[in-house]
Amino acid sequence: MHSLVQLILLPPLFVAAFNGMMGLFAPGYRKNEWLIGGLATAAVVVPFAVTVSIFLGVHGEAEVVRYFTWMAAGQLEVDFAYRIDPLSLLMTLIVTGVGALIHLYSIGYMHEDPGFWRFFAYLNLFIFAMLNLVLAENLPVLFLGWEGVGLCSYLLIGFWYADLKNSAAANKAFIVNRIGDFAFLLAMFILFAAVTGRTDGAFGLDFTTLLSADTLGALGSGTILAVVLLFFVGATGKSAQIPLFVWLPDAMAGPTPVSALIHAATMVTSGLYLLARLSPMVLEAPGAMAVIAVVGALTAIMAATIAITQNDIKKVLAYSTVSQLGFMFMAAGVGAFFVSIFHVMTHAFFKACLFLGSGSVIHAMHHVEHELAHKGRIPHHHKPGSDQAHLDSEATQDPLRTDPLPYDGPFDAQDMRTMGGLRKYMPTTALTFLVATLAIAGIPPLAGFFSKDEILFMAFQHGYNDHAWAYLVWGIGIVTAILTAVYMGRAYFLTFEGRERWPDAFDTKPHESPWTMTLPLVVLAVLSVVGGFFGVPALLHEALPFLPESWIHHWLGADYGGPVAEPHYERHVPHATEWMLLGLGAAIAVAGVFIAWTQWGRRGLDADRALSRRLGLFFGLFSRKYFVDEIYDGAVVRPVVEGSRNVLAPFDQKNVDGAVNGVARMMRGLAGRLRVVQTGVVQNYALALVLGVVVVVALMLFV
Amino acid sequence: MLETFLFFLFAVLAVAGALGMLISRNPVASALWMVMTLFAVACLYLTLNAQFIGVVQILVYAGAIMVLFLFVIMLLNLGETPRLGRFDWKKGVAFVLGVAVLAQLLVVVALRLDVMPEPIPAADAAEATSAEQIGLALLTEHAFSLEIIGVLLLAATIGAVLLAKKRFV
Amino acid sequence: MELTLNWYLSLSAVLFTIGVLGVLLRRNAIVILLAVELMLNAVNLTLVALSQSFGDVDGQILVFFVMSVAAAEAAVGLAIVIAIYRNKLTVNVDEINLFRG
Repeated sequence: MHSLVQLILLPPLFVAAFNGMMGLFAPGYRKNEWLIGGLATAAVVVPFAVTVSIFLGVHGEAEVVRYFTWMAAGQLEVDFAYRIDPLSLLMTLIVTGVGALIHLYSIGYMHEDPGFWRFFAYLNLFIFAMLNLVLAENLPVLFLGWEGVGLCSYLLIGFWYADLKNSAAANKAFIVNRIGDFAFLLAMFILFAAVTGRTDGAFGLDFTTLLSADTLGALGSGTILAVVLLFFVGATGKSAQIPLFVWLPDAMAGPTPVSALIHAATMVTSGLYLLARLSPMVLEAPGAMAVIAVVGALTAIMAATIAITQNDIKKVLAYSTVSQLGFMFMAAGVGAFFVSIFHVMTHAFFKACLFLGSGSVIHAMHHVEHELAHKGRIPHHHKPGSDQAHLDSEATQDPLRTDPLPYDGPFDAQDMRTMGGLRKYMPTTALTFLVATLAIAGIPPLAGFFSKDEILFMAFQHGYNDHAWAYLVWGIGIVTAILTAVYMGRAYFLTFEGRERWPDAFDTKPHESPWTMTLPLVVLAVLSVVGGFFGVPALLHEALPFLPESWIHHWLGADYGGPVAEPHYERHVPHATEWMLLGLGAAIAVAGVFIAWTQWGRRGLDADRALSRRLGLFFGLFSRKYFVDEIYDGAVVRPVVEGSRNVLAPFDQKNVDGAVNGVARMMRGLAGRLRVVQTGVVQNYALALVLGVVVVVALMLFV
Repeated sequence: MLETFLFFLFAVLAVAGALGMLISRNPVASALWMVMTLFAVACLYLTLNAQFIGVVQILVYAGAIMVLFLFVIMLLNLGETPRLGRFDWKKGVAFVLGVAVLAQLLVVVALRLDVMPEPIPAADAAEATSAEQIGLALLTEHAFSLEIIGVLLLAATIGAVLLAKKRFV
Repeated sequence: MELTLNWYLSLSAVLFTIGVLGVLLRRNAIVILLAVELMLNAVNLTLVALSQSFGDVDGQILVFFVMSVAAAEAAVGLAIVIAIYRNKLTVNVDEINLFRG
């Protein structure tokens, strides 16, 4: 096991270093795209294979592998130790499996990009950090991975750093994440102080000790509440919940594979993983759980309302991710941690498929853009800052032009308003996107139906057991589910159905993407179909015995020996109600897709105008993202910047620099005055010598 | 009686010569006063029954070293040093230090000699430190040092020749 | 009065002090070297007196060595003075301040 875990963790690190060093110092190496991409993909496939072999052999018992001591100071003793148990194995499978597919996809997507080698180095580094996160046996190593994925997120969002917008988005992601990290650190400190205050031995914040009944019993309920809330704040940063979700839509500035891997399937689920890992502790703080569930619900519905109004396909998916993460936190908040992990899994499948599909579409639309610019139908896209950038807007608004763009500014390959009818040209992409859309909407028997329905049912059951607020959460969940189906259907129909809306559509046609991009799409679509069957609820299993009973519940749940704690309810929702809820879930999914089809499927962009008229002022609120960015800018960013500029900067220049320079000036003055002693006349030195002798002898004689 | 008288005579001569060396403005005069001191000290050695050292003192110090000094003084053809009018702080400090040194040395002489062993009668001492004994010790116990001194003198010779040459060869 | 060791040592102290004063007060480099020789002589006197007092021949051996070294040192010192005189045309130590900081 010792060496197997090394085989999981080390290949991504080494290949990242290799690709990075070779690409940096040997410019000739950078052109071997297949070598770079192949090595990087292999570095993720190998861990996947190893994890599968471990997975097939393990049965619920946790195993801890210790490598070497990281820090030992006083009562703190932290090792590099990793934990193989059902939860970490499942997360590793998701990370390496979906990760490998995305690596393969990136070989095609990043073709001919000058930073190809850098991209794969960063991607592998990300996989390494993420693996550290999910396999960690103690909180410091988990935090190491936590920070590492934050770093890689920064590096990859700002991958095309020459454009300042991308760098700004990367900064935003990192800074907002940092706020969450601060809360995480505080939680670790409180835990350490609380535990070592009672015992004398060494403590390394490892899960075996931390989550044991003794430790949890010894910590006061106030401490546990504070710690769980702080960890939740950290999770809101990483998993984009209120109030720290603002970085995720901006993060779409990075290449699409990055959005798929980091901001859909893996990094953003770290918060959920943390809560699932700490589930025994979280269950001891019911107040915190209520906060978690309510915040999750509010985030879910807020993001869903914004998603309906977005025109950039990636932004729709970004807000969809925020919304789905809200669902996962709802599940965690009502105690159904294994269900949230189930949704993590299914979400990884269909969201990655959606993002990669959108990447495929954007790839094709870029080709269209180049062709159009070449033909002169649209002005060439000038780099920001070039002196001809102002011409872009003018030309597109020229009323005598035959095909003006429906929006102000240069042609945007990601804008759905200039797509439409792509199903004819990209059938594989369209089909996989459709499958993933139906999955996320919750159409049975696809994956999203099972996981989302389970979440809603758990919320309902929690409410049934005298936690009335859970009913509110359930209600918000229902509304959000309808909205999810609607906006995802809208995205599909506007992109793939209807009339082609880009200029010169008769002659300029997109084409399907290469196999390196469509193969992962197909695999993920298949997983979106069958992934749900890992978590069939008991009810259905009783009705249709050929369906396996919730595998994931048995694999993860504490009642079956797994690591994820479970709530225990006194009253069970009657079966009839359960069937009704199941039917309701299916019905709203179908209804949502139906609405999307009648509006956007039949009327295209007109439906957007109808929607804005229907919603009136709310449309403005939604499309302006509830003004959250503006509020943060005014309340936090601007005061800090102005404060620094007007108070701190002068202080630094005058006082701090003044003090340092003052010391230097004083030294120089002193030296100048002392220099007089060195006259160069040897007799003076002899005088000093004799003086010294006299003094020493006097001391010897009289002391 | 006689020893006491001789001691005081030569002591006074030595101190007078030293003071003369100190005060003279003419370097030649200084050197000559120094010669007088050296002769007086040599005589003091004789009163101490250290005949060998006394003779060597005259041969080496007065005969060789002082001759060398006089050679150099006359070679450089230095005139009289002018009398310094002002009395700067350096002179004051030097005087004070000189007095302090003298005081400290006299204190040591007066007060700390109790740690020293008993002196032995003069006749025995003279026998133990005769020229014969000196020769024996030099060639047996201190033979190594003797050789080293030889090397030192060689080095000094070469160094002096090189330093004083008009041009480096 | 009794002529004891102390007298010789006191005389030696006086001669030594005059040598120190010479080193510190005179400005002519050659006279300074003369004063150094005086100091060495004072030490020699001490050594011989002590040697005679205790019958230890090592004292006079040391005097022998000191004299040799003094001779060597005087030679080299005077050579240096000559070299300086050639360059600076002075033997006044106040004017030789090439080591000035």
